[in-house]
Amino acid sequence: METILKTNRRDFLKLAVTTSGGLMLGFSWSNASAMEVIDHATFAADVNFNSYLSISPEDVITIFSPNPELGQNIKTSFPMIVAEELDADWAKVKVVQAALDTKKYERQLTGGSGAIPHSWERLRKAGATARQMLIEAAAKRWNVSATSLSAENGMVVDKSANRSLTYGELATEAALIPVPTEVKLKDKKDFKIIGKPIKNVENDGLFTGKPLFGLDFYREGMLHAMIQRPVSFGTKIKSIDSTAAKAMPGIVDVVQFKNNVAVVGKSTWQIIKARKVLKIEYEVDSVIESSSDHDKLFKDLLESKEATVRRKDGDVDSAFKNAAKVIVREYQCPFLPHNPMEPMNFFAHVKADGVELVGPCQLPDNSRNDVAKLLGIAPEKITLSLRDWVVASAEG
Amino acid sequence: MTTFQLQINGKSHSIDVEADTPLLWVLRDTLGLVGTKYGCGIGQCGACTVHLNGTAVRSCSLPVSAIGTKKVVTIEGLSEKGDHAVQQAWHEVDVAQCGYCQAGQIMTAAALLAKTPKPTQEQIDNAMNGNLCRCGTYHRIREAVVLASNKIK
Repeated sequence: METILKTNRRDFLKLAVTTSGGLMLGFSWSNASAMEVIDHATFAADVNFNSYLSISPEDVITIFSPNPELGQNIKTSFPMIVAEELDADWAKVKVVQAALDTKKYERQLTGGSGAIPHSWERLRKAGATARQMLIEAAAKRWNVSATSLSAENGMVVDKSANRSLTYGELATEAALIPVPTEVKLKDKKDFKIIGKPIKNVENDGLFTGKPLFGLDFYREGMLHAMIQRPVSFGTKIKSIDSTAAKAMPGIVDVVQFKNNVAVVGKSTWQIIKARKVLKIEYEVDSVIESSSDHDKLFKDLLESKEATVRRKDGDVDSAFKNAAKVIVREYQCPFLPHNPMEPMNFFAHVKADGVELVGPCQLPDNSRNDVAKLLGIAPEKITLSLRDWVVASAEG
Repeated sequence: MTTFQLQINGKSHSIDVEADTPLLWVLRDTLGLVGTKYGCGIGQCGACTVHLNGTAVRSCSLPVSAIGTKKVVTIEGLSEKGDHAVQQAWHEVDVAQCGYCQAGQIMTAAALLAKTPKPTQEQIDNAMNGNLCRCGTYHRIREAVVLASNKIK
């Protein structure tokens, strides 16, 4: 579960072929109905595919989850959808977080409650296609009609002859079956996984302290940095005195960028301490954003002619008039920081020939492009591996 | 730098850090035990909770120099196979949403049940009160503590 793909696609495919064989499916995102099966012969071809489903001869079903996990459990729900249509044995499904890959994936981001609606049909077709190919492989082996067979719980079953084969046993043969142009999706009433309480695939790691989050990523010899930001929007740095901070043990440098000051050092505690002795003077350069600002903004909007009614159900006036009891309450929400519990973080290794990024983010493609712009290098020179990000609860 | 001899998860570790370094950063930066989480750094959120001689403490605010020979247990050392009654209950109830605070929640719950195997609802609420969960999984945390309590004979 905690595997981060660091190999490039071609390396990974080669690895998959040489060590496991079996069935691998890639999905073209540009057209949900056009599915590419990546068999041994076409592994090396530069096919524009999206997500992988692989079934190894050892009966391990691997589903790559491309979208960032923000704590909304998409790393569980995406694979559930694939596994449902595949009729997989959920206990044998292994989920792997995919790294950022704009060639393979489309809309590799999580936000706006859009990930499932965007991928729903694609994921179902992915599972259904693999299922059909496995059934056809079994039909071929038993020399019977595919329509006489069914799939359940990770096996193709021939009820009339009382025999069955596991997906693992069929995987390599299924990889050689032509991809069906049409697949049948299940009737929702037959769902066995979707709509059922399925436990978070990360549970074991979360409850035993495995390194799943951005801050848990360590690399031998890496430095740590912490940023001092202004205490409010509307102020800017007037002066910095970092002499004392720089003289503290383990501190490598103190760097100003934009309106921030970063303390760089050898360990987290050393930079926490050094950040405290930074002397930064701020000056007000515009309105300091506050709760009263926002209250005024909303009040003005409500009173302006620009506010329009977007939804109106029933007759509110008469409902109030005829109500047995009317309760009047006013609710207000202060201006709050949208802070995650895990402090925002990222690992970066800037090398002569490219940049390695590892961390949590909502829009990995944007993050990579921002880094590319900042460093003046091509985005293709940057790799980005995703870690769990824990701000999702703030999205609701 | 000072050398400290610490008893962590049943093993002895010799570490060289500044004396005011909080236990949290010894665990995470020096020993690579990253299951104990950094949330607020000021003892307000509970994400960094570990056991010190069986008592739940906030490791972010506990200087390494204050530990002495006391035994430290982290989430990694709570059970050998991840099957402590509290861990089992957390899995069965599927407590986590994002999961960041849960190691701390589990450590607090385990310390409570070690001392009070059959806590009342009030005792549970009091013990868990200092552990924040930004996702708001409190109802499941409460349910899981009760379940874990029932598992402990």
